[in-house]
Amino acid sequence: MFNFPDPKNVQLTDDGQLKHFLTIEGLSEGILLELLDTADSFVDMSEQQVKKLPLLRGKTVANLFFENSTRTLSTFELAAKRLSADVLNLNINTSSTKKGETLKDTLMTLEAMHSDMFVVRHSDSGAAHFIASQVTPNVAIINAGDGRHAHPTQAMLDMMTIRRHKGGFKHLKVAIVGDILHSRVARSQIHALRTLGVPDIRLIAPRTLLPTNVEAFGARIYSDMTEGLREVDVVIMLRLQKERMSTALLPNESEFYKLYGLSEEKLAFAHPEAIVMHPGPINRGVEIASSVADGPRSVILNQVTNGISVRMAVMSMAMSGQVAERAKRQEQGER
Amino acid sequence: MQLLIQGGRIIDPAQQLDQVADLYIAKGRIAAIGEAPPEFVADEVIDATDQIVCPGLIDLSAHLREPGQTQKGSIATETAAAAAGGITTLVASPNTHPVVDSTAVAELIQDRASDAGMTRVLPMGALTQGLKGEQLAPLHALASAGCIGFSNARQPFDSSLVLIRTLEYAATHNLLVVFQAEDRALAAGGCMHEGTTSTRLGLNGIPSVAETIEVSRCLLLIEETGVRAHFGQLSNAQSVLLVQQARERGLNVTADVAIHNLLLTDDHIDGFNSLFHVIPPLRSQLDRAGLRQGLVTDTIDAICSDHQPQDDIAKEAPFAATEPGISGLETLLSLGLMLVDQQLLELPQLIEKLTFGPARVLGIEAGSLEPGTDADVCVFDPNKRWTVTKDALKSRGKNTPFINCELTGRVTLTILDGKPVYRSPE
Repeated sequence: MFNFPDPKNVQLTDDGQLKHFLTIEGLSEGILLELLDTADSFVDMSEQQVKKLPLLRGKTVANLFFENSTRTLSTFELAAKRLSADVLNLNINTSSTKKGETLKDTLMTLEAMHSDMFVVRHSDSGAAHFIASQVTPNVAIINAGDGRHAHPTQAMLDMMTIRRHKGGFKHLKVAIVGDILHSRVARSQIHALRTLGVPDIRLIAPRTLLPTNVEAFGARIYSDMTEGLREVDVVIMLRLQKERMSTALLPNESEFYKLYGLSEEKLAFAHPEAIVMHPGPINRGVEIASSVADGPRSVILNQVTNGISVRMAVMSMAMSGQVAERAKRQEQGER
Repeated sequence: MQLLIQGGRIIDPAQQLDQVADLYIAKGRIAAIGEAPPEFVADEVIDATDQIVCPGLIDLSAHLREPGQTQKGSIATETAAAAAGGITTLVASPNTHPVVDSTAVAELIQDRASDAGMTRVLPMGALTQGLKGEQLAPLHALASAGCIGFSNARQPFDSSLVLIRTLEYAATHNLLVVFQAEDRALAAGGCMHEGTTSTRLGLNGIPSVAETIEVSRCLLLIEETGVRAHFGQLSNAQSVLLVQQARERGLNVTADVAIHNLLLTDDHIDGFNSLFHVIPPLRSQLDRAGLRQGLVTDTIDAICSDHQPQDDIAKEAPFAATEPGISGLETLLSLGLMLVDQQLLELPQLIEKLTFGPARVLGIEAGSLEPGTDADVCVFDPNKRWTVTKDALKSRGKNTPFINCELTGRVTLTILDGKPVYRSPE
């Protein structure tokens, strides 16, 4: 009816290569597998004496964190340095925006510093898309978490962890437990699991913590945790923020823990070789028992390690997409 | 000045008129249709062959932004935009800065509008002081100063007691009350329709029930107080049913809908395009179908632009941080014609929803070409194709998702009070 601009594939070049990494949604299984394979290839390297690759040599990566985060920022910084990039960390939360500078002004200032890549974390859903629409064509945008919308590198490091422990995706039962409503991680995980062919995706939560129509994304809903965990291969726990109690979503922490906290008793309903994951930081005794978080089934620290390889893979793929596109533009310009 | 508009197809739903005929205008009034009145000598003859001649459009909701936010729009710029859109009467929202809760502001708006001379501006008064929902605004004085009706402009009445007293007071003076229904707590923090798309985008949703719960409360109190009432910019199918049921049990209520809610849905927000950020939000396909059905069954009396001009900066941010609104005066008619093209409405039905329908809601003598009435006329070419561009828009607000879209149907001439106020450049 109207020729509105098509929002699809803003993160891909015309040839289908990654040039930004904003969301898992819309990416093919082929791209996700290429990303996981690339990340796997970086793992061996991390264990060597010399841990650096020259893939981003001469490039400047700016980490723009409008929301505080220690671990995500650190792994992005480490990943960029291992690819030999120059890294600029900007904690914008405390500087410019409080002085009334708009996001657009901040971006223009940073572009003037000739960065090649922005790694962005922002509390507004769609912030990474907005930034990608505003910057000059040569800058790659990596979404490090936007509002409740997406956290695609976290989802991919989770996929990497699952594949390294379970060998594949097509036979798995995966449960995601807890505050799905507020979770960008869960949204990205659901898209990734579906695209990679996981046949049984379960969401376990009370209705107050589930977004409207979330079943439309191909997941099944369980309100009873023991039923939902039955025979699952992977249990992904989500962090519960304390402020959920004050907004009438839950009565109190102890009731939540009793119903949806991952104890050893509840974990017994899952497959005997099930792994337990958590994007961190964990609230011990709120969503997960210490004995489970530190127990033999927990792969929480493997997730952190894999995060570095996945972020290296994302950065190198997006940068090569940008370089390819720039070459194409120059070629077209010369003609 | 005497004008002859020759050879156009005159459509005037108020008179159930649809025929090719000449229209004669003299001394600011419609002099005759068909035969020339005695001793008529035209100062100007306008050839309207293959064009539609209808009453000037009446828009039940437009934000002119003056006083207070002239960086977004002024009475001069926005009434010029209205004239270009074929609109000869519009209702200005009360949520200016300061709000229309004093006669001084109501008079200022009317003075500026008559200085501009592009379209009739009827100010909507505030129901409560500062739109705070606490103390009554001086309704009688405001009505005497020209306010056509009263609304609280989507600001809530936290107290049902204050609301019922407000309605009783308005009923005492037989004043029209307009509701833009929204429950504050249910809508809090929301920026789009709550549904599958909001879930996918991780944006806070405004559930349909935020509107219907307030429509229900208002309907009960309308029945209780007998006030003359209208619902502005309904956004969902359930609200239409509630109004329809109320009418069936004899309640005297009317309703309108914004043109974009009849054409777009929440799916369009995919991609976080802030030009689709409007309040009330674009809702589901089922809601759109319900609103369209409401037009056909005449539960919905009028289509408005709900014009909300914004400056560029208001739309340049992540979706939830942008300001809502679409600049809509100049696309109202062209977009309305899409409903005819889609065979939802016949052309005379559409014109009724844009002229006589809103006139009846307001209880004013307008929206008709009956001889003897004020000559407010819109002439448009129903087949003219044009592309919406920033340069083509007279409104200071260039915020429309229809930018770069090719639309069909364009106003060629707008006549206010017997005088041409807009002619298309070609």
